[in-house]
Amino acid sequence: MIDPNIKNVIEIEGLNSYYGEKQILSNISLQVERKEVMVIMGHSGSGKSTLLRHMIGLNTAESGSIKLLGKEITGLNRKELYELRKHIGVAFQNGALFSSMTLQENVELPLHEHTRLDHNTIRIMSRLKLELMNLSDNESLMPAELSGGMLKRAGLARAVIMDPEILFFDEPSAGLDPVTSAELDDLILQLRDALNMTIIVVTHELESAFKIADRITVIDNGQQIITGNKQTIRNSTDNRIVSMLERRAMNENIDADDYLNKLTRS
Amino acid sequence: MSMNKLHALSSLEAMLIRFGIAGVFLFETARTIVLPPYSIKPLIKQVAFVGARSLLVIVVAGLFVGMVIALQFYDTLVRFGSVSLLGSAVGLSLIRELGPVLTALMVIGRAGSAMCAEIGIMRVDNQIDALECMAIDPYRYLFAPRILAGIICVPILTAVFILVGIFGGYFVGVILFGVSPGSYFQGMSDTILNRDLFMGFSKSLVFGLLIVWIACDKGFNLHLDKHGAYGSEGVSRITTESVVISSIAILFSDYLLSALIL
Repeated sequence: MIDPNIKNVIEIEGLNSYYGEKQILSNISLQVERKEVMVIMGHSGSGKSTLLRHMIGLNTAESGSIKLLGKEITGLNRKELYELRKHIGVAFQNGALFSSMTLQENVELPLHEHTRLDHNTIRIMSRLKLELMNLSDNESLMPAELSGGMLKRAGLARAVIMDPEILFFDEPSAGLDPVTSAELDDLILQLRDALNMTIIVVTHELESAFKIADRITVIDNGQQIITGNKQTIRNSTDNRIVSMLERRAMNENIDADDYLNKLTRS
Repeated sequence: MSMNKLHALSSLEAMLIRFGIAGVFLFETARTIVLPPYSIKPLIKQVAFVGARSLLVIVVAGLFVGMVIALQFYDTLVRFGSVSLLGSAVGLSLIRELGPVLTALMVIGRAGSAMCAEIGIMRVDNQIDALECMAIDPYRYLFAPRILAGIICVPILTAVFILVGIFGGYFVGVILFGVSPGSYFQGMSDTILNRDLFMGFSKSLVFGLLIVWIACDKGFNLHLDKHGAYGSEGVSRITTESVVISSIAILFSDYLLSALIL
């Protein structure tokens, strides 16, 4: 059973992850407290989505420990992992809705699979969540008929249908216009307040991160640069953080010969 | 085994490991088929997809195959003056070989390819990851009903193919060429043994399993594809591969089963 009074719902120690020979994450250590919004920030390809996949047990780490709700997930068998995953919700970047089902069927799926509730109760619960996401008029549409923002909200509705203790959200603002993106940020905050969830958001959007985060972790090239509250990040003197906050491109010192070799290599 | 480790190995090692992964896939699916909970609704949906919607194409194919083999056998048998053997020749060749093999090939083209592409797109679109995250076992939810549907539907479709084929042969032999209807059916019932029926049935059972196994495994393990091509190009390639591999597997196992049973 999961301890309801556990302080850190996620504890990562010394996580290393490789893609072939290439190291994607090196020595990541991170604690996420109950009911906080932790934002994991980084450029495209920095390893932030890989970190998310490790936290939910979709990737296996080469070394290090990951505790989800107090349980070490690296040693779990599939049944135990599934049991643990019933306490989490994951909203994928593109929604990852099942294209052969209507929006409502998508949202109801976890309830049908994991509970013995009757059909009407399930319908009411899914409508509640769809209402929360402003999707109540679209419940009979197929995913192909929805816009990008609606897909994300629908994915979010499905992720929270079981009232999970932890919600993972991959790139809520990617591919959305600023207004829709801001609406989604408000939704995330509403979820935390209304449903008492711990929320982990992976994003590269600075504005969105500072709006929703209680604490922020910045990852660059697989290295964990900093973890702290908004003030800590703002006050950081680390070159990479400063350039990220000022939206400057990284100024690497490029050696002219190296650069020429790179261009002319066979 | 991660994709990267698989790519680093020699092609023979990689192929052996890939077979192992396909074996694990079948084992995991079989486990979810045997162990509760059982759900009937997804199975009915898959039976409708693999079986009911293949029926028309099987009937048309069976009819013409029956007609053409009756035509060919009639032309051959008439030279030896043994036209009375037409019924048994048509029946035996349909039951033992043509029925199971051609039905399987039609099902590969109609249902196997679609299944592989659908699962492949689910993999590319993170839908399979989403299932995992919702603590829904993809083996139980996606593959158990599909494998069962293959095992149930292909033998039934094969029986339909054979039956329609026999009537196609009847049309050409008896109605067009004037072979006596009595000798057509009598010859058939005299020569066809239980062993022949067993051979046809066991082949169709194995083919049903092979078709769905290969199609689903190919789609599910798209990310292990040697070229690592996720996305639409990857899906199109594994769909083609699954059709080619299942067709070859059908023909190979057809020989193997014939040799074993005869």
